[in-house]
Amino acid sequence: MGEELKVIVFSLGQEEYGVEVDKVRTIERMVPMTRVPKTPDFVKGVINLRGVVTPVIDLRGRFGIEEAAYTESTRIVIVAYGELEVGMIVDAANDVLDVNTDNIEDPPEVVGGIKAKYLRGVAKVGEDRLLILLNLEEVLNKSEIIQLEQLEE
Amino acid sequence: MEVNQYLSMFIDESKDHLQAMNDNLLALENAPDDISIVQHIFRSAHTLKGMSATMGFEDLAHLTHEMENVLDLLRNHKLTMDEFIFDVLFKGLDSLEAMVYDIIEGGSGKSDVSDLVRNLQSIVSGDYKSQSGPQASAAPVKSEEASSFDLDEFQISILEQSMEQGMLAYSIQVGIREDCVLKAARAYMVFEALEQNGEVIKSSPSVQDIENEKFDRSFSVYYITGLDQEALTGLVGNVSEIESVQATQLTAESLKQLQQSKQQREEEQKSVQAAAGDSSAAESKAGRQAQGAPAAKVANRTIRVDIERLDVLMNLFSELLIDRVRLESLAEEIRRNELTETVEHMARVSSDLQNIVLKLRMVPVESVFNRFPRMIRDISKTLEKKVELEITGADTELDRTVIDEIGDPLVHLLRNSVDHGVELPNERVSNGKPETGTIHLRAFHSGNHVFIEIEDDGKGIDRHKVLKTAIKNNVVTEQQAQSMEDTEVYQLLFASGFSTADKISDISGRGVGLDVVKSKIEQLGGQVSVESKLGVGTKFSIQLPLTLSIISAMLIRVGDEKYAVPLSSIVETMAIAPDKVRRVHGNPMIDYREGVIPLVSLKEVFECPDSAADKPEDLNLVIVRKGDKVISLEVDEFIGQQEIVLKSIGKYLTNLFGISGATILGDGQVSLIIDPNALFK
Repeated sequence: MGEELKVIVFSLGQEEYGVEVDKVRTIERMVPMTRVPKTPDFVKGVINLRGVVTPVIDLRGRFGIEEAAYTESTRIVIVAYGELEVGMIVDAANDVLDVNTDNIEDPPEVVGGIKAKYLRGVAKVGEDRLLILLNLEEVLNKSEIIQLEQLEE
Repeated sequence: MEVNQYLSMFIDESKDHLQAMNDNLLALENAPDDISIVQHIFRSAHTLKGMSATMGFEDLAHLTHEMENVLDLLRNHKLTMDEFIFDVLFKGLDSLEAMVYDIIEGGSGKSDVSDLVRNLQSIVSGDYKSQSGPQASAAPVKSEEASSFDLDEFQISILEQSMEQGMLAYSIQVGIREDCVLKAARAYMVFEALEQNGEVIKSSPSVQDIENEKFDRSFSVYYITGLDQEALTGLVGNVSEIESVQATQLTAESLKQLQQSKQQREEEQKSVQAAAGDSSAAESKAGRQAQGAPAAKVANRTIRVDIERLDVLMNLFSELLIDRVRLESLAEEIRRNELTETVEHMARVSSDLQNIVLKLRMVPVESVFNRFPRMIRDISKTLEKKVELEITGADTELDRTVIDEIGDPLVHLLRNSVDHGVELPNERVSNGKPETGTIHLRAFHSGNHVFIEIEDDGKGIDRHKVLKTAIKNNVVTEQQAQSMEDTEVYQLLFASGFSTADKISDISGRGVGLDVVKSKIEQLGGQVSVESKLGVGTKFSIQLPLTLSIISAMLIRVGDEKYAVPLSSIVETMAIAPDKVRRVHGNPMIDYREGVIPLVSLKEVFECPDSAADKPEDLNLVIVRKGDKVISLEVDEFIGQQEIVLKSIGKYLTNLFGISGATILGDGQVSLIIDPNALFK
């Protein structure tokens, strides 16, 4: 038996995603954001997270999926990776699950249009529930932002 | 013992003690006969020794111990100060400092101090004099055991208090058998037995010396316990190889006697000192000390706080402000007098609180300045110059973040003044100046800024020499050079890689020039300028913002968004009619004071969404400056001037165009701070 991994589960469209619980600071409802000029479209701006100015990205936009209107269930998942602290807008955040590392498989080439490098793997939970585990390092990769910025210019 | 918990306290306090020793040693150099200064140094050394021994920094404790031995002889008039002793003590301080800094860096504070220790020991034994020549006079007498067995006031008061509480205090003499093999081990057993039943207040020789077997066949301790005399002698006597135990119970009277004899000794010392020293000098010293005493008391009323905690406090506080704004709007809706009054009161309290929180971060520049006298002493010695450093305004306060950064630039400028400014003594005399040069280091407040000035009465800056070097280094052309004003010429000193030193000396001219100073200060949001008169002297003047974390800014609205523009770069605000805008090569320009300056639309630059209908009829302009260039920024509305707290925008969004940071407004919204410099083409 492998180790148990506790993950926060959230959804984007029809898919369910997971990110390790120790990378998640808090989960917030949508709050007013301050737009930051000249940043890629998926950077929605910055918010005041209890006195700390925190950037927020739209995870749909980050993955190149069509963005959706924000609803009552839209959440900002604040994750911390290394020195970065970033909020990710997701359609809903709804669960905390234990995943056995034995049940994690390599990600398939394409999941809902998301490049495989953003994903750490796919975990089977229960009977027919598939959980896509995020590779935060790639999701928050800064060099990619810089490339995108240069593309825009 | 859980050491880490105390490490930061240890570091802070040892830094303080080192600084105090440094200061006092410098003072002693000016008044070598003033034994009271030696007492201060001794006390610092003693505390430092104790602290480092407790923390397990052996080398540190060892070296301080040896220094303490020398100081002990000095304060007991068994030794008089001379240059050799000063040098060894200063070197010792340097080593101590290096060790403490090693500890700060996460090291173990280990260092080879054997040379220093040997020197210190040779001072104690008096050998150094015979080595250094014929001036060997009366060899200093070894310090007597008895004199080092003084109880200090603190220890006496502990004894008194415990006796009042019904505990018994003893003075115990323990003798160890002559044939004892492990004296230290036996002594250790005695101490352990004692400590299980009470508290050892003081031992002679010190515990450390006893552990190192640095004692003869007996030692004595002052001890507090509940045991009676018989039980006590039995307890100690049970340790094997102990020859004799003599426990004398102390009474209030015997304590008094102890105290008196101590005072007597001190008085004797004082009279000796008064007789020996120049009486007028002693008087002025006494006056200074009288002033010093209350200051020390004030210092004790402060506590140390980790800067991170202050940041947390600050963040919590801004949350509070957000709730305040929310409450204010609720009170407005509900319209109940009691609520409105409460909220108003809360608003007042919180703005007072804000002021205090901001002030907590302010630190006197003293903490930076106090290392300079020593530095100047060393540099001027190396360069064989005579320099006096006069410091004024050391109590001027600056934000902690600025304080941490300002040290290096100041060191550089001061070195520069000693090296390039002040002339050699004979040169000065032949120019009709006093032999000793003076460098003034001043700090003072002015408006929202702190100024730090470094002024020397040296030879000043030679315009021609600067220009010659500048032309040689292709910084300016010969033609440009001819038409340059003096101030412009002096600014050349700050050009990168520029040095006017004829030869590279040990002190400056290592290739690190004033350009580093300039960039550092500009990085802090300050400015540096230079004034000079050939043959009379040079003055460097640094202007710094009071704090890096709070700035004055003008809040503006562009479209639906609010931005903050630092007041420091705003020249003025104005409104003009739209038909005053001219086009030059398709670029909008406006007339401004005899010139034409570009008009930059922030809405276009920042691609602001625009839904606000209330368009102003006139164009609202903010005129901003970068160096001597000026542009105008078009905005929709001036909201007003405000003190804002600078916030980092985080590591995720970097290299933002035209944005230097963010702040949180009273309503909890984040507002971006515009970096006007980026808007200049």
